[in-house]
Amino acid sequence: MSGSNEILEEFVQGEYKYGFTSDIDSDILPPGLNEETVRFISAKKGEPEFMLEYRMKAFRYWKEMKEPHWAHLHYPVIDYRKISYYSAPKKPKEIKSLDEVDPELLRTFEKLGISLLEQKRLSGVAVDAVIDSVSVKTTFKESLSKLGIIFCSFSEAVKEHPDLVKKYMGSVVPYTDNYFAALNAAVFSDGSFCYIPKGVRCPMELSTYFRINSAGTGQFERTLIIADEGAYVSYLEGCTAPMRDENQLHAAVVEIVSHADAEVKYSTVQNWYPGDKDGKGGIYNFVTKRGICLGNNAKISWTQVETGSAITWKYPSVILKGDNSVGEFYSIAVTNHMQQADTGTKMTHLGKNTKSTIVSKGIAAGKSNNSYRGLVKVNRGAKNARNFSQCDSLLMGNNCGAHTFPYIEINDKSAQVEHEATTSKIGEDQIFYCNQRGIDTEKAIGLIVNGYCREVLNKLPMEFAVEAQKLLAVSLEGSVG
Amino acid sequence: MNNEVDEMLEIKDLKVSVEGKQILKGLNLTVNKGEVHAIMGPNGSGKSTLASVIAGKEDYTVDGGSITFNGKDMLELSADERAKEGMFLAFQYPVEIPGVSTINFLKTAIAEIRQYRGLPPMEAKDFLKMLKEKQKVVEIEANLTGRSVNEGFSGGEKKRNEIFQMAMLEPSLAILDETDSGLDIDALRIVATGVNKLRTKENAFVVITHYQRLLEYIVPDFVHVLYQGRIVKSGTRELALELEGKGYDWIKKEFAELAV
Repeated sequence: MSGSNEILEEFVQGEYKYGFTSDIDSDILPPGLNEETVRFISAKKGEPEFMLEYRMKAFRYWKEMKEPHWAHLHYPVIDYRKISYYSAPKKPKEIKSLDEVDPELLRTFEKLGISLLEQKRLSGVAVDAVIDSVSVKTTFKESLSKLGIIFCSFSEAVKEHPDLVKKYMGSVVPYTDNYFAALNAAVFSDGSFCYIPKGVRCPMELSTYFRINSAGTGQFERTLIIADEGAYVSYLEGCTAPMRDENQLHAAVVEIVSHADAEVKYSTVQNWYPGDKDGKGGIYNFVTKRGICLGNNAKISWTQVETGSAITWKYPSVILKGDNSVGEFYSIAVTNHMQQADTGTKMTHLGKNTKSTIVSKGIAAGKSNNSYRGLVKVNRGAKNARNFSQCDSLLMGNNCGAHTFPYIEINDKSAQVEHEATTSKIGEDQIFYCNQRGIDTEKAIGLIVNGYCREVLNKLPMEFAVEAQKLLAVSLEGSVG
Repeated sequence: MNNEVDEMLEIKDLKVSVEGKQILKGLNLTVNKGEVHAIMGPNGSGKSTLASVIAGKEDYTVDGGSITFNGKDMLELSADERAKEGMFLAFQYPVEIPGVSTINFLKTAIAEIRQYRGLPPMEAKDFLKMLKEKQKVVEIEANLTGRSVNEGFSGGEKKRNEIFQMAMLEPSLAILDETDSGLDIDALRIVATGVNKLRTKENAFVVITHYQRLLEYIVPDFVHVLYQGRIVKSGTRELALELEGKGYDWIKKEFAELAV
């Protein structure tokens, strides 16, 4: 008994593998937040007037708001005046080839196993790499543009496709939505923009690797994805961050619009620095992700593998407005040491015959707390709405916590809603069974955890699934001394 | 003559306790290559404890004695190392591992065992070929091996899966812990037939059972009676038959002084 506990103990003490800081010169705005800051950011980016106006409205709204504290999270008060709101790598603006990219930056990617070159050559993944808020490199743009697909940084979209930005930005997540969304709307630095025209099936997975890289810089990403009628796109987002002492605030907004008969798959692997084993440092991650199935037969699917961040506050959601539209949420959330995650989804059924599926797998280890929080809402008139929710929690050791907060609001009698929840522990009998077949305890835990997550891992695109499995294994390393 | 060469498992004066209570009180057992030993005994005599301790389960405290396997001190090795040395335990209650297929499970196990022994990884096609062969030997349906390990299996299917895993891992010593429990006569026959097909001159079996029934199918060379943490009687197959006729009360009476 005690032996296995020791192993679990060691297991949860695996140190963060991606702890390093790369030396790229950053153009950093001194800490502080006021109207001047907002103007500075907008001017620095050479934004059109409408963008500045939007930012200012958001900022004024945000100033009147209070930080929400309803989540099952505990963290020190964030002083928003002590954060620097802009940081851009110093480099020539136009990058024609990878040779022009800061070699230090390329090395950073290599350490993470994300060589742009490799990606470009082997996997056919177009990468829009975001380093400290400014898009450094966008690949495959030309081949995409032949199909009419727009895939660029948000700043670029603001300048080159202002009509699309004006039309859709804030249409799914208005700045009035919540505290962090308002903050993001005021000071967002950059992000990705993606438009798939009518009837076009995007031939490759679109991918953005984010990286927070400048000490004390909050990162405020903004992503907007629009799939026009009958379009299809699979979008990948993957993150790692270097080790550092002070907490870093991250408040991103992702908006997805899926028109009639369109489908958007959004997959995330998130591995930001979770803090050390005593809870020092680590990213505060307050993200608002939401999609709307605007037309009939539209589909949006969220898949996330969350292993990082000290604090995770994240509820990728779907508004099912079109009839027969489909919303999905598949999630793996791993918390370790002192990490805290409060994550889940909101499925809002407005159209007829709409369907949503929620599969959440929480894994809590160390002294961490892992909460699932989800809302299934069926409005009056949303005839024959269906939801299936499954929320499983896996506990490792005796010092962690798993919590489930399912909310269900049904306003139409024809709705069918199912909810299943389980909580289990990695059994010592399971580990011994693996041991007896010649599999050591570290590998056994990896095997059991990957098996437990199978349903969600299967939803990830192939190359991402492999990466996610590795990531689970990496966070599981150090189990045997 | 060459006993020392053929000796596989040697247990000497083994004393084991769980939570302060001594279960095995000085057990001796020697198993040679090519032999099948049956260990019988009433409930609570320490049969399953013996199986678990040999396999290296951690919940037990070894108070004294030794377990040697192919000349190596097993008490120095962890459970997975003992398995890699060629020991296999067919569980009385096989464990479910959701989301992990038996095939994937065995692939991992074989890779680990081969690495430990300094062998190159097995080729995928060789693995598949072996898989098909062994499925036939133990009469297990291919769809069972594609499913998650033991998840939703019937009692009989779980036991058959144990024998299938044994066939795949080719241990030199297999311990069958009450493999007959919960099996109907057909399932018992299939499991026993599988075991008999796997018997060679090079491997050995320790069959732990409460009933004589299994031994009609898997014919042992030696039968031992375990009572109060000690082997109190050893003999040949006739001993098992005698036990069936007289019941365990006979043993309990004869060794009443051990039950303190």
